[in-house]
Amino acid sequence: MTATGPATAPVTAALALGDDALVLSHRLGEWAGHAPVLEEEVALANIALDLLGQARVLLSLAGDEDELAYLREERAFRNLQLVEQPNGDFAHTIARQLYFSTYQQLLYAELAAGDGPFAPLAAKAVKEVAYHRDHAEQWTLRLGDGTQSSHERTQRACDALWRFTGEMFQPVEGLTTDPAALETRWLESVTDVLGRATLTVPEGPRSGAWTAGAGRQGLHTESFGRMLAEMQHLHRSHPGASW
Amino acid sequence: MATAAAQRTAGTETDGAPGTVDTTAYQHAFDAAVAADERIEPRDWMPDAYRSTLIRQIAQHAHSEIIGMQPEANWITRAPSLRRKAILMAKVQDEAGHGLYLYSAAETLGTSRDELLDKLHTGRQKYSSIFNYPTLTWADVGAIGWLVDGAAITNQVPLCRCSYGPYARAMVRICKEESFHQRQGYELLLALGKGTPEQHAMAQDAVNRWWWPSLMMFGPPDDESQHSAQSMEWKIKRHSNDELRQRFVDICVPQAESLGLTLPDPDLRWNEERGHHDFGSIDWTEFWEVLKGNGPCNEQRITQRKRAHDEGAWVREAAAAYAAKHTGGTGETGATRA
Amino acid sequence: MSTTDWPLWEVFVRSRRGLSHTHAGSLHAPDAELALRNARDLYTRRGEGVSIWVVPAAAITASSPDEKDPFFEPAADKPYRHPTFYEIPEGVKHL
Repeated sequence: MTATGPATAPVTAALALGDDALVLSHRLGEWAGHAPVLEEEVALANIALDLLGQARVLLSLAGDEDELAYLREERAFRNLQLVEQPNGDFAHTIARQLYFSTYQQLLYAELAAGDGPFAPLAAKAVKEVAYHRDHAEQWTLRLGDGTQSSHERTQRACDALWRFTGEMFQPVEGLTTDPAALETRWLESVTDVLGRATLTVPEGPRSGAWTAGAGRQGLHTESFGRMLAEMQHLHRSHPGASW
Repeated sequence: MATAAAQRTAGTETDGAPGTVDTTAYQHAFDAAVAADERIEPRDWMPDAYRSTLIRQIAQHAHSEIIGMQPEANWITRAPSLRRKAILMAKVQDEAGHGLYLYSAAETLGTSRDELLDKLHTGRQKYSSIFNYPTLTWADVGAIGWLVDGAAITNQVPLCRCSYGPYARAMVRICKEESFHQRQGYELLLALGKGTPEQHAMAQDAVNRWWWPSLMMFGPPDDESQHSAQSMEWKIKRHSNDELRQRFVDICVPQAESLGLTLPDPDLRWNEERGHHDFGSIDWTEFWEVLKGNGPCNEQRITQRKRAHDEGAWVREAAAAYAAKHTGGTGETGATRA
Repeated sequence: MSTTDWPLWEVFVRSRRGLSHTHAGSLHAPDAELALRNARDLYTRRGEGVSIWVVPAAAITASSPDEKDPFFEPAADKPYRHPTFYEIPEGVKHL
């Protein structure tokens, strides 16, 4: 992106937030037909559809939604590494949901309250995201405080994804929100849920030389290239076609 | 109002009933209700064979919805535009929802979802054979919407007037929600039909592969259909297999023309005298083979279904354990919020 | 253990303010909180509702069809409960 002037900031931020929503929606879409119970098929699809809707609005702020989704190379994607992580078992998916939806809810609430370019989108999305956050919390409680085996699986999932959570609080060009304040509130909120779920707040580092802001800079994890290859293949095989 | 709860109470009452119940009086009441086009509700007396026929049919219908998610979900991650991706996700989600409505309807007859799923997983109950065919290209998503959902709707609309109340009500909801399913498929094929030569070829190939299996969805010819006559008498079924199949063919012919696609049947032509289209003979050997389990995807579909169920077991157990800890047993706490 | 341990819930949806809750269907859930959320996802995903009740199916006591006659017939012969029972001279208004 070489644009300069006031438009630059929203484009970078729109891509960051839009790619988060797009990639997480894609991952949740992979659950279709694989969920632990039919009721949860419906719930996960609802969340995926909300996110896809958000992604389409955000990407359209930055350009053509399909060109951006299907024709960018991996390095041009600005999503967090957290959202591209493979689904794993249901515990991993729920831990990813908890971490991300807590962040997204705090961020969107703040954006909705402001008068910036994202306020209208955030005002609508924050209601959707509040439900995603609630869904993640309900399931974290049940998995964490369910059986011994579910407790262990969920602790493992929370630990494994912890290293990708620092990235959420890197400044994003065009977002006027205060990342440090967001981080404090995020930690409080996640600590509260994990505690009630009888889970331990992971102790490992939340960012490091290997992650710090990497997704936002276009550096991703191994599984992401594979995900994009699958997502983009058909579209790219028919250049210029309409669907 | 028919609830699954009602059936439970009815069941216990029957167990405690004296041995000399006059079923002929009940049978008369039942026959009269069906003849008068009244609905049978869960707590009403009904012949055992009526109950078991309904359980079999509703279960098979529910299984078809959830197995039917697989061939389409196969393309969610590869949908070629974000608009199409949203539509497809919403459609596959509806199928999960419809499976759920139907399992609930079956539960009012005194069975449980678990029991039905177990029968599906062990091959003791069937699902629609159409889902044992693979979705090889994106156009298959369109062909399923247009032809498979189209055939399903032709079958299902009369079920909205089925004599069993909970099934009829589930079907009303399903038909209302499914009205977009067929249209999105048709629109998808239309885009391909008008698209590049490669896209057009993709659409034609899909229609070639899905046309005949779609015609088989109406079931064997009337003279070979085991359950038809009794089901018609009970008003579970309202039209014969061949009647519905003919209706479907007549609807599809002009629709195919508008798509610019050909239906793969050299014998297909308008018969002025009958006022219907004549069409070629269906390969029933293929139908019976696929039904027996020898279709291209039978093994794969059931394996994936079982795997999802088995891999979800610890999640269902965890939630049940949590509920037991926090509510002192399930369903005992105040459950309502106005 | 299996979903049998997830009891059945009956779902009632208020489609808009001013109307009463109507039976929409049923679902399985481990507890009331998830039952409510599942009901929201399943029965109101097309904007069909503004309020939901979930009731454990086991908590419903239903009248029996065998008792239909003693239960409901006595109500059928009390026409004086209905306004059409009463004859009012023509021209009298607001009654």
